[in-house]
Amino acid sequence: MTSAHPERNGAESTELLAKYPAASKKMGNVVKFASDNRRPYTPVDSRIIKLSVKDLVIGYLDKQTGNTMVAVDKVTVDIREGEFVTIVGLSGCGKSTFLNSVAGLVKHQQGEIRVNDRIVTGPGRDRSVVFQKASLLPWRKVGRNITYGLELSGMKPAEARIKASHYVNLIRLNGFEDHYPHQLSGGMQQRVNLARALACDPEVLLLDEPFAALDAITRELMQGELLELCEKVGKTVLMVTHQIDEAVLLSDRVIIFSARPAHVLADISIPIPRPRKNHVKDSDQFRELMAQIWSVIEGNANIGGGI
Amino acid sequence: MRLLTVLPKSRVAQREKIISLALGGSVILLFLIGWEILFQSKIVNPLFISAPSRVVLAGITIIKDGTLLHHLGISAREFALGYGAAVVVGFPIGIILGWFKLARATFGPFIAAMQATPRIALMPLFIIWFGLGMTSKIIIVLLSAIFPLIVNLQVAMGTIDADLVQVARSYGATRWQIFRTIALPTSVPFLITGLRLAAGRGLLGVIVAEVFGGAEGIGYMIQYAGSTFQTDKVFAGVLVVAVTGITLDVVLDRLGRHFGKWRSEAAVH
Repeated sequence: MTSAHPERNGAESTELLAKYPAASKKMGNVVKFASDNRRPYTPVDSRIIKLSVKDLVIGYLDKQTGNTMVAVDKVTVDIREGEFVTIVGLSGCGKSTFLNSVAGLVKHQQGEIRVNDRIVTGPGRDRSVVFQKASLLPWRKVGRNITYGLELSGMKPAEARIKASHYVNLIRLNGFEDHYPHQLSGGMQQRVNLARALACDPEVLLLDEPFAALDAITRELMQGELLELCEKVGKTVLMVTHQIDEAVLLSDRVIIFSARPAHVLADISIPIPRPRKNHVKDSDQFRELMAQIWSVIEGNANIGGGI
Repeated sequence: MRLLTVLPKSRVAQREKIISLALGGSVILLFLIGWEILFQSKIVNPLFISAPSRVVLAGITIIKDGTLLHHLGISAREFALGYGAAVVVGFPIGIILGWFKLARATFGPFIAAMQATPRIALMPLFIIWFGLGMTSKIIIVLLSAIFPLIVNLQVAMGTIDADLVQVARSYGATRWQIFRTIALPTSVPFLITGLRLAAGRGLLGVIVAEVFGGAEGIGYMIQYAGSTFQTDKVFAGVLVVAVTGITLDVVLDRLGRHFGKWRSEAAVH
């Protein structure tokens, strides 16, 4: 899939150029994505809203009592093109439910979700999810696992392989295409999972605690790789994690969810300049941001008795 | 850790294989020698027990005069048709019962009752309905072979990894795509197990049905030889059946290994 609506993208860029004359001057030396030359990288101020969530309410059925409980309560979040936004919160606060709802896997009761201004009613090719578990098809070799998402969208395996090869190189999986998943380490399996998601070239990439199942060292390494990767491809990303350092390291903005039912407690922008390296974790700025986020979470936990 | 010596893995495996072959083979050889001695010494009435040498001679005779080929051909055809029908019918039934809860609730008890019924006891009925010819044997093979297939495939559908289904759904997979890319591959090892069990049951079915009532086939040949005290021919017939059974099992096992390459080494061996 190159782009779901190329004509719309074109229309939007002209519209934006009219709105932001300053941006049009900069368009002279447009940085283009290696993966998709239709979408130019545009400066910060003109970035369009890729993902828009408005007053989202998600309920779930409590099987013991038979009551419908509220998991997510009127959450509004906007994510602009190329932004990396992370949601943090106590475990069980409903952040994964929120992400699954954006993925189209969980139905919401009120509010709306839009990707590229199109209302989300279910799973779609404009979004890819990377779950905590790699969940690779064990009978498929790595190559065919990476192209799985593309094949589900109707692409022929040979064509999909060509389309995915860019990400195979970028995630340094070349040479592993003929391995079966059980022959790979956990970190490598998760990389295949990531490559599978990116190969579909989604408008929004959704990461659901992608490194939570890995050991501490591998997690650290993978964070560094994801950081590098995201700065290279400039994807719009929504991630959910309970690792605050991971959130600060990777994100442009960190959104803090309250204890269940989840609502937005704070939306903190992370002004650490890019490109970032793993060692920004040692800076004072990083520590201050961590402390700031932690104090919000802690305050909420004490008031709500959420722990 | 540094390696001190590297012993080729194949040589170790080869040595183990030779030892186990020698041990297993020597028991069979001892049995055959003992049997031959028992016959030659005439401790037991030679007419009753025959001997390996006599069995080989009888085997050569029935191969030469075409008796074996004729009966084997009949039995093979009965088996192939019944077994083939069992696969063609049993595979979708097992999948449907495993995939749809409602189908399981509706037909599950009926199939369980059918499975509990000894099929061979129905042989008199099948002879009344379909005669002494091939049809009644095909039906017995079908009914013997179909249940292991149904049960194994139904179980297979229950082992589908829910996380994989979630991933497929997140990529917008249709129900058919989930079936084709996840449910079917999941079912393969179970299908192979089902095929192996079904082959054994089917073979048993065809022989017993022919012994029970018929005018052709290996089972009939054994039964006829027995009733005319040609014990050497009985053993020759039994040997043919045993070799056929082992061959079928080995072929299906190879097939399973071929399709099981994606599984970890531990799971295959």
